[in-house]
Amino acid sequence: MSEIVFEGVTRRFPLPRGGEFLAIDRIDLRIEEKEFVAIVGPSGCGKTTLMRMAAGLDFPTDGRVLVGGKEVTGPGPERAVVFQQFALLPWKTVRQNIGFGLMCKGTPKAQADAAIAHYVELMGLAGHEDSFPHQLSGGMQQRVAIARAYVMQPAALLMDEPFGALDAQTRIVMQEELVRLARRNPRTVIFITHAVDEAIYLADRVVVMGRKPGRIIETIDIRPLREDGGWEAMPVEEVMDTPSFTHMRSRIWKLLKAREQERPAVPASNPAPVPAK
Amino acid sequence: MARRRDRNFLGPSGTVLGIGEFWALTIAGFVLFFAVWSGVAASGWLPAHLLPSPLAVWDTLVRLWHNPFAGHVYAAHLAASVERFLMGWAIAVGIGIPLGLLMGWYRLLDEIVTPLFDAMRFVAPLAWVPLAALWFGTGIGGPLLIIFVGSFAPCVISAYRGARLVEPRLVEAAQTLGASSRQVITHVLIPGALPSIIAGLRVSAGLGWQSLVGSELIVVGAGLGYLMVQGQGNLNTSVVIAGMVGIGVVGFAIDVLLRAVEQTFKRRWGQG
Ligand SMILES: Nc1ncnc2c1ncn2[C@@H]1O[C@H](COP(=O)(O)OP(=O)(O)O)[C@@H](O)[C@H]1O
Ligand SMILES: [Mg+2]
Repeated sequence: MSEIVFEGVTRRFPLPRGGEFLAIDRIDLRIEEKEFVAIVGPSGCGKTTLMRMAAGLDFPTDGRVLVGGKEVTGPGPERAVVFQQFALLPWKTVRQNIGFGLMCKGTPKAQADAAIAHYVELMGLAGHEDSFPHQLSGGMQQRVAIARAYVMQPAALLMDEPFGALDAQTRIVMQEELVRLARRNPRTVIFITHAVDEAIYLADRVVVMGRKPGRIIETIDIRPLREDGGWEAMPVEEVMDTPSFTHMRSRIWKLLKAREQERPAVPASNPAPVPAK
Repeated sequence: MARRRDRNFLGPSGTVLGIGEFWALTIAGFVLFFAVWSGVAASGWLPAHLLPSPLAVWDTLVRLWHNPFAGHVYAAHLAASVERFLMGWAIAVGIGIPLGLLMGWYRLLDEIVTPLFDAMRFVAPLAWVPLAALWFGTGIGGPLLIIFVGSFAPCVISAYRGARLVEPRLVEAAQTLGASSRQVITHVLIPGALPSIIAGLRVSAGLGWQSLVGSELIVVGAGLGYLMVQGQGNLNTSVVIAGMVGIGVVGFAIDVLLRAVEQTFKRRWGQG
């Protein structure tokens, strides 16, 4: 079981000059087993922090995060993470990076090699198996980071803007591939993005977040749209041109925009301090 | 000593020098040095037995190479020193690097060891000579202790700094992929700290080698320091200088070797 449940999750960070910064304010969210949830929101609204708490890399100040009914106490390979900044090991080759989790798990070499070869092919990395990360473009590094997570066959996949560094062309290929993978072998996915298009196209549900403090504005079910529109059978570009899609897109944009205008703009790097309790 | 920067070298007021100019200036420096030395020696201001000319030192070197002095030929003294140095240095590296890495990994250890360390580092390696003599007499233990205290600190500090500089995100990534603490240390912490460790090895080898003469004050038998002390006893300045030349050349060779290792790693991982 791998449903992810946030129960009244609040996260405050201590400020260097005293006091606290409220990054996430009482979030309740339930992601069902094998459900694909995309999170969109302006930068600084706490998307990464939320994902880190599901990964066991950060912990709520208040509330609980449960995966498969058990409170998260630390990171583990059943919850693979694709980091926003790739986080590849610079001293390992593409092959070694992709195989790192399998090696930690003690997967027999022949089996690991076959799995690595499969994802190298799938991610269009053939011919670069023995390159080091610094020899690859940003987009290729990102694909290595994705392959490294996929190869673990994790019950839950936590992806933080995984397509952010890809050019438009590769991005579409990766989106279609992710949809294909998700349909063939469904798993619980949290997919963070600031591309509204991508969120609607990929997700079962889209969670729209707002900031100051970070919270959920609305959760939108996309499944009826996808099933009625027959998106499965269409290429991305066509899906994104359908009226139901564009309508949904402007609805989410409005949500994001409305929240931004609600308060006077404050630079994101200079958050308003919240007095310590 | 001029410091190489890839293939370009900064000249006066920051102008970049080509490799040819760099070597020309290096050689010019040596030529100037030997010219002044020869001039002063030839002028007769100082008696020849106090300041022999470069040529006299060269003759002495050649003689020491073929005929034993203080019990051994020059190469044997050199080998004895290098062996002693390698042993002392290996102990410092073997204890210092793991300790530094663990300090970077476990906060508590850092807080226990660092103050102790700060207090100790003002005691120069040479100041350990009397203690080493008391503890070990003229046995091998004395020199090893001196070389050890000379090279230990940079080993610990460089490994500690290196471990601290490893991106936390890389450690996290390894953990989310199921790495155990041991696997994080061997696959993330050590390789991540390696550039700093290698830089530290260079510094520590230099300091350890410099402590050598001090250590050899308490050895009877063989070694460059021992050769020099015997030369001093016989009022033979050429022998003393010949010993210094050996120390300089070997020290430089060690540095060049470790610098090459450093460059290799930097290039390979794109951190240069
Ligand atoms: N470790 C931290 N210490 C202090 N503040 C943090 C820390 N991590 C995140 N924050 C703050 O929390 C807010 C949310 O950050 P983040 O989750 O990275 O947002 P997003 O991913 O949506 O851009 C930001 O204002 C950020 O500055
Ligand atoms: Mg983020």
